[in-house]
Amino acid sequence: MVNPYIPYPVRIDEIKTETEDKSLKTFKFVFLNPEDEEKFAYRAGQFAELSIPGLGEIPIGIASSPVEKGFVKFTIFKTGKVTSYLHSMKEGDIMGIRGPLGNWYPWDLLEGKNVVIIGGGFAFTTLRSSIIYMLDPENRKKFKDIHVIYGARSPGMLLYKEELEQWAARDDLNMHITVDGTDDPEWKHHTGFVPTITEQEAPAGTEDTYAIVCGPPVMIKFTQPVLDKLGYTDDRIIMSLENRMKCGIGMCGRCNIGKEFVCKDGPVFTLRQLNQTPKEY
Amino acid sequence: MKVIKIDKNEWASGLEKLRSAYELIGPVKEKFYHAFQSLESGQQPDMDYINTRVSPKYVIYPQSELILECSLNENDEDYKIYKEPEKEYTPKAILGIRPCDADSFSLVRRNFDTEEYKDPYWLRAYASTTFVGLACDQPCPTCFCSSAGSGPYSDNNLDILLADNGDHYLARVLTEKGKKLASAAGWSQEAGDEADQQIEQKKQEAESAIQSSVKTDKLASQSLLDLYDATNAIWEKEAFSCINCGTCTFVCPTCWCFDVQDEVAGKKGYRIRNWDSCMYPLFTMHASGHNPRGTKVDRLRQRFMHKLKYYVDKYENGIQCTGCGRCVQLCPVNIDIRRICNMLNSYDPESCTCEVTAS
Amino acid sequence: MKSYTDKIKEIAKRLLKEDKVDMVIGYRKGTVPLMHQPFFATSEGEVDSFVWDSNCGLNLANYITDRKERIGIVATGCNSRNIAVHVVEGKIQRDQLYIIGVPCQGMVDRHKLAAMAEGNIASVEEDEDKGTITISGQGFSKSVDKAEVLQENCSICVHRNPVLYDELVADEVTEQTREQADPYARVREIEAMSPDDKWAYFDDLLSDCIRCYACRNACPLCYCPQCFVDESNPQWVGKSVDPTDIRTFHLLRAYHCAGRCTDCGACVRSCPVGINVRDFTKKLEKDCLELYGWEAGLNTEQRPPLDTYKPEDPEDFIK
Repeated sequence: MVNPYIPYPVRIDEIKTETEDKSLKTFKFVFLNPEDEEKFAYRAGQFAELSIPGLGEIPIGIASSPVEKGFVKFTIFKTGKVTSYLHSMKEGDIMGIRGPLGNWYPWDLLEGKNVVIIGGGFAFTTLRSSIIYMLDPENRKKFKDIHVIYGARSPGMLLYKEELEQWAARDDLNMHITVDGTDDPEWKHHTGFVPTITEQEAPAGTEDTYAIVCGPPVMIKFTQPVLDKLGYTDDRIIMSLENRMKCGIGMCGRCNIGKEFVCKDGPVFTLRQLNQTPKEY
Repeated sequence: MKVIKIDKNEWASGLEKLRSAYELIGPVKEKFYHAFQSLESGQQPDMDYINTRVSPKYVIYPQSELILECSLNENDEDYKIYKEPEKEYTPKAILGIRPCDADSFSLVRRNFDTEEYKDPYWLRAYASTTFVGLACDQPCPTCFCSSAGSGPYSDNNLDILLADNGDHYLARVLTEKGKKLASAAGWSQEAGDEADQQIEQKKQEAESAIQSSVKTDKLASQSLLDLYDATNAIWEKEAFSCINCGTCTFVCPTCWCFDVQDEVAGKKGYRIRNWDSCMYPLFTMHASGHNPRGTKVDRLRQRFMHKLKYYVDKYENGIQCTGCGRCVQLCPVNIDIRRICNMLNSYDPESCTCEVTAS
Repeated sequence: MKSYTDKIKEIAKRLLKEDKVDMVIGYRKGTVPLMHQPFFATSEGEVDSFVWDSNCGLNLANYITDRKERIGIVATGCNSRNIAVHVVEGKIQRDQLYIIGVPCQGMVDRHKLAAMAEGNIASVEEDEDKGTITISGQGFSKSVDKAEVLQENCSICVHRNPVLYDELVADEVTEQTREQADPYARVREIEAMSPDDKWAYFDDLLSDCIRCYACRNACPLCYCPQCFVDESNPQWVGKSVDPTDIRTFHLLRAYHCAGRCTDCGACVRSCPVGINVRDFTKKLEKDCLELYGWEAGLNTEQRPPLDTYKPEDPEDFIK
């Protein structure tokens, strides 16, 4: 019997501070046993439990992409007991990863379609995973137009800044970066909230177009009516939820919305599915 | 199906024979109430008990259970690498378990034994346990097992069902595990031809002594969101008295929710799972402070919707309750699942009303 | 207790009709014997569900914490004292409340009655004139003096009449004197034990605890937004059923109630495994009386003694 509670041991290979306020760091992990990397085969949109022995576990979306080999990456916001401790850890430290867990963005369904990715704040992690996956030479031809709308409070709060600039320079991706506000005269991207930029830049919601939305509740609240206006039906709006989790495998009972477990039946749901569940997220 | 006769003298001597192969667990009177306990040598289970306050779910699913351990000594090769602790799953026999409690394990199994994931701790403990049930001849006024998919003589999830017949038990041996235990105890006297009929008669008497029931026929066809949104008609009033203690969830044989906690002792790290309760605000509180079930109305609704609607819809196998009545007896503020079940079953979303009956 | 019930209904109807309050909190008949349910009425029709007898065990002060409405509330001696503690601690405003005072004759102990019954109790009758309680079930019926089956906190109570009320439902009842009630007899017994015996006694007392926190949640004093046992950063107490963690919870909770506990008994009544948690709180109540001449909740002005500090306090550890 496979024990689903045992984490794979990993070593912290690299730690990068992402934002000017130092609240977000990206951790690159390498599996201690190479065969575990194969067992940890994941798809963009999934999450894992990061395990610190003697302290606890936390569920975090996987920021690396299945097409990136030899490591896995997670970007972690310092907020509770475990994430605060994680922020104090050093390269070379040993910890654990359990997963991959949950479902993923519906890649089979998205093939041959236009995809609009809309993200805000530090929820951009699994969206990074998705973008890298779609831009992979093997995969890019599977999708039609790709738009990415990504916003943060200020330029210094954007994640993955180097990659964002690389993506913005590409011609096979429509990149729309925005910040709530900035006094940087050199700023060459948008200024304004994500819903506003979505209204200006997102393509119309045809039958061939799907939106993946991931961000703070307030962003989601105001983006939804915009997508509605652009003609996106609620089965073409795909969202990823976060609820408090412990086991990550649908057993411990806390992350449910109605009869669905966010950890196992989600975290990815269409808006149509969410409209049929209690709003307990 | 074979029925054997066990004289009550042979019962006691048979149990002594079982001790070499099984850990015996049975009802024992403590202070005021009965509890399931490991029986020491020579100690007999008290088979005249009514029912225990805390259910025997802990035998398979302990309230606190070590699931992983690791070294926190930097010099060790496996420093900070969590491993499964070595545990022995020696055969156990739960003696005198009531049919409602035994049945609860088949409900809980749907949570711990899924297509994608298996909980090894629950499944191993379950596999190593033999369930020797005692049919219930004196149901409590709060028992509603017959309408909750179980019954005083139900043999769901039992290996042996005992019916008390005065100076002896009539025992239906239901599974291979049951056969093995009966043979190890030396209980082999075949009961006469009339045994089946005797059990049937006792069963009918017991069933007619059940005074309370729930109606569940319409639960599956009710709209989940209609029931969820019946705040004024059901949830607010029913939740008022709730003090959000975890009593109902802790005494319930079918509540399975748990928390995972890490502890450190000396140079070792331990990952432990503890029973948790949907009644507690902390159960769903995010690290940010946001709480999707932030009020006691939300939490009470979660408990009853889980048992009476989400479970019904998810598994299409009845309600997540066997009618043992513990939560009805022990809720300090008299929140009664029978009343709420009947409200949900009879709720009319058009008029936002339900028939209110206690049982 | 029909006369009490009728009077409660009459007052509640009047308060709602005259729009003096938004809701009235009382008890409705339970679905099982010995268990009436805290219940609120917002309409005259709902008022008819109210009931009063010896099964109104839980402390209604638990239901007014931080509420914003104007509330009519049924209150016995101990409940009214907890309302006073709430007022002192700023958990409710006195002028939000219309207190329907109930001179109390004590609540029956459902654990004791269950132990006496020869089977399951199906019904309970109370004869006010004779002062008896009759329990019956399949094949048995038994009458006992109510005095014999009172909850222990009720049998030693010296504040049966509400200390704070706007209207009484009946004439005041005669109070027991402290000499008659001897409320600290049990505490003295425990105090007299050797340290080893005390350890063994408390060890045994808590051996069945399942950490459901019913005692804490039934207590009107335990209104902290986050209890110390629930804090994770720092985590003061482990969450498993480790005996040290269980003792820590009970001892610290008792200390948090020192000088505030009115011995209402809600903790014991709500414990699913029958632990007499009052063994802790009663000792602290006795100390507060002996050291500070203090009894909790007798007025709405004074803060409890462990909550205040004066330069002339005799202890010098803090100076």
